[in-house]
Amino acid sequence: MTSPATNSQLYDFYAGMRRVRTFEERVGELFVRGHSAGSMLHLSIGEESAAIGVCSAMKPQDTFTTHHRGHGIFLARGAEPARMMAEIGGKEAGYCHGKGGSMHIADMSLGHLGANAIVGGGIPAVVGAGLSAKIKKTGGVSVAFFGDGAMQQGILYESMNMAALWDLPVLFVCINNQYGMGTRIDQATRNTNLHERALAFGLEGRSVDGIDVEVVAEAARELMDQARAGRPGFLAVSCYRFYGHARKDKSPYRDPAEEEAGRLRDPVAHARAQLVSAGVVPEAQLDTLDAEIAAEMDATIDFTVAQSEPPLASMFRDVYAPEEPEPEPLRTRLDRVLARE
Amino acid sequence: MTEMTYRDALRKALYDAMTEDPSVILLGEEVGRYGGAYGVTKDLIKEFGAERVIDTPISEPAIVGAAVGAAMTGLRPVAELMYVDFIGMTMDQLGNQAAKIRYMFGGQIGVPMVLRTQGGTGRSAGAQHSQSLEALVMHTPGLRLAMPATVEDAYHLLRQSLRRPDPVVFIEHKALYTMKADVDLDAEPLPWGKAAVRRHGKDIVIVTYSRQLHYALKAADQLAKRGIEATVIDLRTLNPLDFDTIREHVQAVGRCMVVSEGVLTSGVAAELAARITEECFDYLEDPVVRVAGEDIPISVSATLEAGSVPNANLIENVAGRMVA
Repeated sequence: MTSPATNSQLYDFYAGMRRVRTFEERVGELFVRGHSAGSMLHLSIGEESAAIGVCSAMKPQDTFTTHHRGHGIFLARGAEPARMMAEIGGKEAGYCHGKGGSMHIADMSLGHLGANAIVGGGIPAVVGAGLSAKIKKTGGVSVAFFGDGAMQQGILYESMNMAALWDLPVLFVCINNQYGMGTRIDQATRNTNLHERALAFGLEGRSVDGIDVEVVAEAARELMDQARAGRPGFLAVSCYRFYGHARKDKSPYRDPAEEEAGRLRDPVAHARAQLVSAGVVPEAQLDTLDAEIAAEMDATIDFTVAQSEPPLASMFRDVYAPEEPEPEPLRTRLDRVLARE
Repeated sequence: MTEMTYRDALRKALYDAMTEDPSVILLGEEVGRYGGAYGVTKDLIKEFGAERVIDTPISEPAIVGAAVGAAMTGLRPVAELMYVDFIGMTMDQLGNQAAKIRYMFGGQIGVPMVLRTQGGTGRSAGAQHSQSLEALVMHTPGLRLAMPATVEDAYHLLRQSLRRPDPVVFIEHKALYTMKADVDLDAEPLPWGKAAVRRHGKDIVIVTYSRQLHYALKAADQLAKRGIEATVIDLRTLNPLDFDTIREHVQAVGRCMVVSEGVLTSGVAAELAARITEECFDYLEDPVVRVAGEDIPISVSATLEAGSVPNANLIENVAGRMVA
């Protein structure tokens, strides 16, 4: 096949995807070692091409929201892995000082308007962010990333309708990993040609196979260019969720043969094989790269384990703006109420 | 002094805010060409254009969700929910997103939006268009809640809401839109979050807000003819809640009634009564009494509708029995 990207781009894509995969593996390790805050950790292993491919078409002025499986997207937009891991560990040094965790991570400086633990919950924010970009003429596009589960949420259709109606610089990206928790996509909807729904709303719409990051990147580039010109779009990236829904899910509802076949649809291995077979990069160089990434991600665990929990009093902070009084702690209130003459 | 209606005051607040701050936009069902279901946004689209006065499809969750995204990226959206009864449709975007974004993201950003809506009885609008659902909002940390009872407050509280750093739910009362008053909008308003003591009396404190303020004041007039003097407190905002003013007056008077149009059980009146009891117990001559909506849906029949919420006669009757 002809590659739409240059080989140097493919190398960068590979490196990005490898970083995402290794980070996710370390998230799993953090959980096993007992240093994660809880077990609601949703790994994007098998979906790396969606994050890296789409984000390669984004610019600094662009904004985005993600879903509960969004670590890879945030990394692809430039997140610091150590601060991410610390947040996943519920530590003060994390992006959200331990209040958000894996599913509520955000960074305004990178345009990350927030991950979301409500399926579809982050989607309409990109309509508003697109409206801002249009009114303020920032030249930015706002991108909503969500899973196939959100394809059955009404808020997506309200949002696609508004984006199309108002010609907003918005892109909807469905990472179709085939499963909404334990329910396979064809058990959740009759028509699995997901982009057809977007066409019905007057959006540009495409479905691509996520095995090839370059294909994803090319489709994203075209759709982002159109969105930037006020023609919003929709992109479905088909891939396979390698592991369970969250860390405690061994996915007993999946046929082992299906899982085995699904894990062969590996965008990281595919990119690596392409690089090697094209003879552009010696395999040894990729091994070195992998080792460097492994060391970088190992360090995120060491960093996280060494960090402190947020101070208890910080729980009353940031309910409202800093200039506003903090809510009165219940214990203070009780002391006051019970101190009767 | 200028005579204007509650509706005029709201419209003027939006007009002045949009004139002063180009980042203020309106979005909601029928806010533009139609001028708002209750006429509050009439002709604003002619003044400010369709880019800032945005007619939306009938998609309440996405209206609120779009306002959240706009507020996070530098606009000051005023989203309109035509009836507060539709708030259940939006509770994910309002309660899980708008209310929690500042907190979940560790204080990185706020959501400075206003959700204008209206509630209450008085127009035979039935069970799905007449509710008083402020307790849902008050029960959600992160959301501010303003409920203007007077023409002045319709103006000032909306202007103040549009300067707040956090999301404000602004609930108007549908029976007040045509209420007129002579107002001097240039006079210094009460600060945000401060209750107004609308009448001073030594025998009983009536704590209320929104339309019930007017019933409480009427009841207080009737009570005065019987020699009973009531203090009437208009909360104006339920979050922030000015409990200092409540405490001061209840401790001085020793008797308190809380009046709300919302249903009795687990309502705003219940919360206020609990707080007053906890903080003023040693000063109270009587239990704090709640006068609130019946625990039933609202009917279209004007008789059943009016009978299901408090009125001046009920407030007078209860106050009279408490003081006796």
